Amino acid sequence: MGCFQFGGFDEMSESAERSLQGRLLHRLGYLLQRNWRSLVLFIPFFWLLLFFLAPFFIVLKISLAEAVIASPPFTPMIDWVDEGIMHIRVVIDNYAYLWEDDLYAKTYLNSLKIASISTILCLLVGYPMAYAIVRAKHTTKHVLLMLVILPFWTSFLLRVYAWMGLLADQGTINNLLIAIGVIDEPLRMLYTPFAVYVGIVYTYVPFMILPLYANMEKLDWTLLEAAADLGAKPMTTFFTVTLPMTFPGIIAGSLLVFIPATGEYVIPDLLGGGNVLMIGRILYNEFNANIDWPVASAVAIALLLLLVLPMMLYQHIQMKQNEAE
Amino acid sequence: MSPAADYDDRPWLDPDAEPFIKVQSVSKHFGDFTAVDSVDLDIYKGELFCLLGGSGCGKTTLLRMLAGFETPSSGSIIIDGVNMNDVPPYERPVNMMFQSYALFPHMNVESNVGYGLRRDGIAKAEIEQRVEEMLAMVELSQFRKRKPHQLSGGQKQRVALARALIKQPKMLLLDEPLAALDKRLRVQTQYELMNIQDRLGVTFVVVTHDQEEAMTLSTRIAVMDVGRLQQIGTPTEIYEFPGSRLVANFIGNANMFEGRVIENGTDHVIVECKDPTCNFYIDHGLSIPEGSKVWVSLRPEKIRISKQAAAESGTNCIKGMVNDIGYLGGTSTYRVLVGDKHIVEVTSPNLNRPKDGNPPIDWDEEVCLGWDASSSVVLTK
Repeated sequence: MGCFQFGGFDEMSESAERSLQGRLLHRLGYLLQRNWRSLVLFIPFFWLLLFFLAPFFIVLKISLAEAVIASPPFTPMIDWVDEGIMHIRVVIDNYAYLWEDDLYAKTYLNSLKIASISTILCLLVGYPMAYAIVRAKHTTKHVLLMLVILPFWTSFLLRVYAWMGLLADQGTINNLLIAIGVIDEPLRMLYTPFAVYVGIVYTYVPFMILPLYANMEKLDWTLLEAAADLGAKPMTTFFTVTLPMTFPGIIAGSLLVFIPATGEYVIPDLLGGGNVLMIGRILYNEFNANIDWPVASAVAIALLLLLVLPMMLYQHIQMKQNEAE
Repeated sequence: MSPAADYDDRPWLDPDAEPFIKVQSVSKHFGDFTAVDSVDLDIYKGELFCLLGGSGCGKTTLLRMLAGFETPSSGSIIIDGVNMNDVPPYERPVNMMFQSYALFPHMNVESNVGYGLRRDGIAKAEIEQRVEEMLAMVELSQFRKRKPHQLSGGQKQRVALARALIKQPKMLLLDEPLAALDKRLRVQTQYELMNIQDRLGVTFVVVTHDQEEAMTLSTRIAVMDVGRLQQIGTPTEIYEFPGSRLVANFIGNANMFEGRVIENGTDHVIVECKDPTCNFYIDHGLSIPEGSKVWVSLRPEKIRISKQAAAESGTNCIKGMVNDIGYLGGTSTYRVLVGDKHIVEVTSPNLNRPKDGNPPIDWDEEVCLGWDASSSVVLTK
């Protein structure tokens, strides 16, 4: 903490000439001086509160309303009927509807399935890459890391469109394969689950590599030598030492891939067409096509619970384990 | 004592003994850098062998080649009759104790110690029993469920030792085993290590930069410098009969005098030294022509210091003035100026308590230094 101190408040009040504004500024400076730590934390948290928590409650509120043809297209939560009586209307029909119509359950499950498989694929691709980058020479390492981050410099949408061009029936890959005589007629790739997996893995693999890299960078390599010295073959060393030591990186990377992949809208829409139904698509349809904001909100809240609850459970178990030790 | 029994403790003297580990003209290059330069070394069963040298002398690289983490650029390493050049670390009958201990942080003490046995597919009950015995030996039984981060430095060191010994290796490699411990613990652990080695009869190869540690621990020491072996011998041989100025300076302190051989008899040599002016009469022969340039090494504790004025500097005697005194309680170290600029270090035990509080020899006093004909060593390099 700085040792700079403002004058006492008594002295301040004595100087009558000092303007109110000056005194306020003085006081603010004093507060800043003493509480800069809390302030540094307060600003970003206030931001999150405003733009994350507040919209969350708005969505939650809408999900408990009924759809009406009006603007906005849902019933208000609080009505004032005459004589100042407050009328609160909470409707859980939307959630019941999600439960009854198995389209939603199927779509949720499909989203979770696609996200899970994509996460595993990202792990299978990203883990060896992160490992190779960590073990590369110092100069090569930075170039490789740069290459991992490089795609972010181009628009995400542009990159997905590029994949459409690559995977289409008359696209680059099919034309190339036909030209060299591997196939006679184009392979159907675009608008299939395959294209969706390609798109998701391609987009999210850096989110897997970077946390894994950060984790592996701290790995003590003499541990691997110690394992080998004690008779562990390379494969055994990997499963008994490397994998457990990099587990936090695997969890971090998997969450960073799995969570956004579950709610992914653009990739299944552009690369999967109408053939791959994911929850993002349903949400879009309810909101824009059906103009049923309450159901759309219920879909969003249910998705949030689906993702957040298992994570909270996992963290809780982890904390318990740490305490036990 | 029969000669056979004599060889038990000193197998390297037995002409019929087969070395357990043979390092044959081994070199290791990293790019342009030569870490180990054609080293030949024989280590016998049950030895506690030290590789001693400063940082970057190649001792750790040599150890890592024994463990299998590095492959020799040329030459071969033979352990118990088997050429190890193409044998990966996990198939060598050798275990290593790492300088950082390299304990697995996600496993408790028990799992760490049992790791090697689990890799060999040994039955669970036997593993448990052997881990139990090992932990009892290093006195860590009550810490078996602790994770490494919950242990002190000394405890970690003992876990590492137990983990490396549990597979009953033919040879245990120890990389600076005591470097991470504080001074008191180091001395205590030194003796524990020697006891364990004695009890199990495992061949130990220790890498260290600490000459005191090497002197106390080892049966034999190999002194290394810039990738080459400088000398191999027992601690006494290395200290009393250093083969070169480098070894003499590295192990303990030595006063070095440059001179020429002026007389070379069958049982003695006389070396004339110009600066400071002094003649050395040395009672061992030397196969070197008269007039050759040599160095005479004289250990500080082998010099007598006295106030009795000698007539002049002569043979095995030199006059000087006390420049500095370091009082260490049991001994005192005198730095004596002889000639114009030559400083001779003398260590002398404080046999008598000074009566009036004045030291027997004081600053700026004229003193006479003398030594026996058997005390000094002639070095040719």
